[in-house]
Amino acid sequence: MIEFTFWDIARNLLLAARWTVLLSIVAFAGGAIFGVAILLARISKRKWLRRSAEYYIGLFQGTPLLMQLFLLFFGLPLLGFRIEAWTAAVLGLTLCASAFLAEIWRGGVQSLPSGQWDAGSSLGLHYVAQLRLIILPQAFAITRAPTVGFLVQLIKSTALTSIIGFEELVRTSNAINNATFEPFTVYGLVALIYFVLCYPLTRYTKKLELRAAQR
Amino acid sequence: MGYALDFGWLNGAIGMIASGAVMTVFLIVVTSIAGTLLSIFGAIGRRSRHAILRKLVAGYVELIRNTPFLVQLFFIFFGLPRFGIRLDPVTAAILAMTLNMAAYSTEIVGAGLDAVPKGQSEAAKALGLRPRTIFIKIILPQALKVIFPALTSQIVIMMLESAVVSQIAVRELTYEADMLQARTFRAFETYFVVTLVYLGLSIALRKLLYTAGRRSIAGGMA
Repeated sequence: MIEFTFWDIARNLLLAARWTVLLSIVAFAGGAIFGVAILLARISKRKWLRRSAEYYIGLFQGTPLLMQLFLLFFGLPLLGFRIEAWTAAVLGLTLCASAFLAEIWRGGVQSLPSGQWDAGSSLGLHYVAQLRLIILPQAFAITRAPTVGFLVQLIKSTALTSIIGFEELVRTSNAINNATFEPFTVYGLVALIYFVLCYPLTRYTKKLELRAAQR
Repeated sequence: MGYALDFGWLNGAIGMIASGAVMTVFLIVVTSIAGTLLSIFGAIGRRSRHAILRKLVAGYVELIRNTPFLVQLFFIFFGLPRFGIRLDPVTAAILAMTLNMAAYSTEIVGAGLDAVPKGQSEAAKALGLRPRTIFIKIILPQALKVIFPALTSQIVIMMLESAVVSQIAVRELTYEADMLQARTFRAFETYFVVTLVYLGLSIALRKLLYTAGRRSIAGGMA
């Protein structure tokens, strides 16, 4: 049996945490890009587009993320795609993030007075230019606090990808725990690492909320 | 393609899925009640005169809110036996879910308490009511009315999050799905059906809480 010192455990966990961070960043970026597309559909003038986006959001907000990951992990191979845990993790978190971000931003768009759209039209801007120059910048600015708040949520959600076999923080900690039989230390450290990742963002969210309330 | 979806196994599996769903519902019912009660005390503690209590509750809330539920669950189930606290899976799951739920709803209940105008408690005091009566009869009902939608969302989120407790072998919906797919080798179809069950549960739970809340809380207030 190999002896693990406290520092061995901590070092291995920190190395694994890099994957958690990377996955969070990739999923957030992907979710943001795809989320804008969902948002555009959700606020579209065409009813069927609005409806589809609404169902898409409802589907991802109404089912467990774990199930979404399982469906991708087991479903995509049936369609003939070779899929690894990393791909399923990125794809699952991206899709889920896009639904949540679209819903957050929709709140921002709908909180804008309709005069903003009217003013855009009276300046002769077409729909896309109105969105790009007037509506979306304001909607993003209003919803910055919940958006960062969702990032915290997303970082925590990456823990679930351990269950489909992606080697991030939790999966590594399970392996280390099986080798060391020190669950208290191992999971305590894991919690600490997540806390260090998330807490600054939570503080930032609070600050943004306060600033928004003062305005 | 060469793959045909097969739902033929479903007939023999309805019992397993149903018993898993019952367990999931049981978990969320216990958790919602215990978590909400605990969070009322949390919100009071957060607004206490004693700085230590305020800090303690705030620390607890931040700790839970900034770590994944899965890690909290593992910590409770695998980590606590070190101190001689050995819990069976269901108890560990309920404990982890309740602690998690309480942290989130402490913030929600707190916001509700703050939303009740100060004049309400002053008026009650002027009528000679005791502080406890003022809180239970005057402040809390009004606070609950304000926060009910947020609380409903939190309960639904918690129900979806409870899928994770399958990892410590609690025989709820996801656990039964894992067992089924291992037996039928129809992983996609199994998880597809179970996902639909979750979707149905979350829609039903939201509807139920919404109507119940409107009847008892909002109606009682009017």
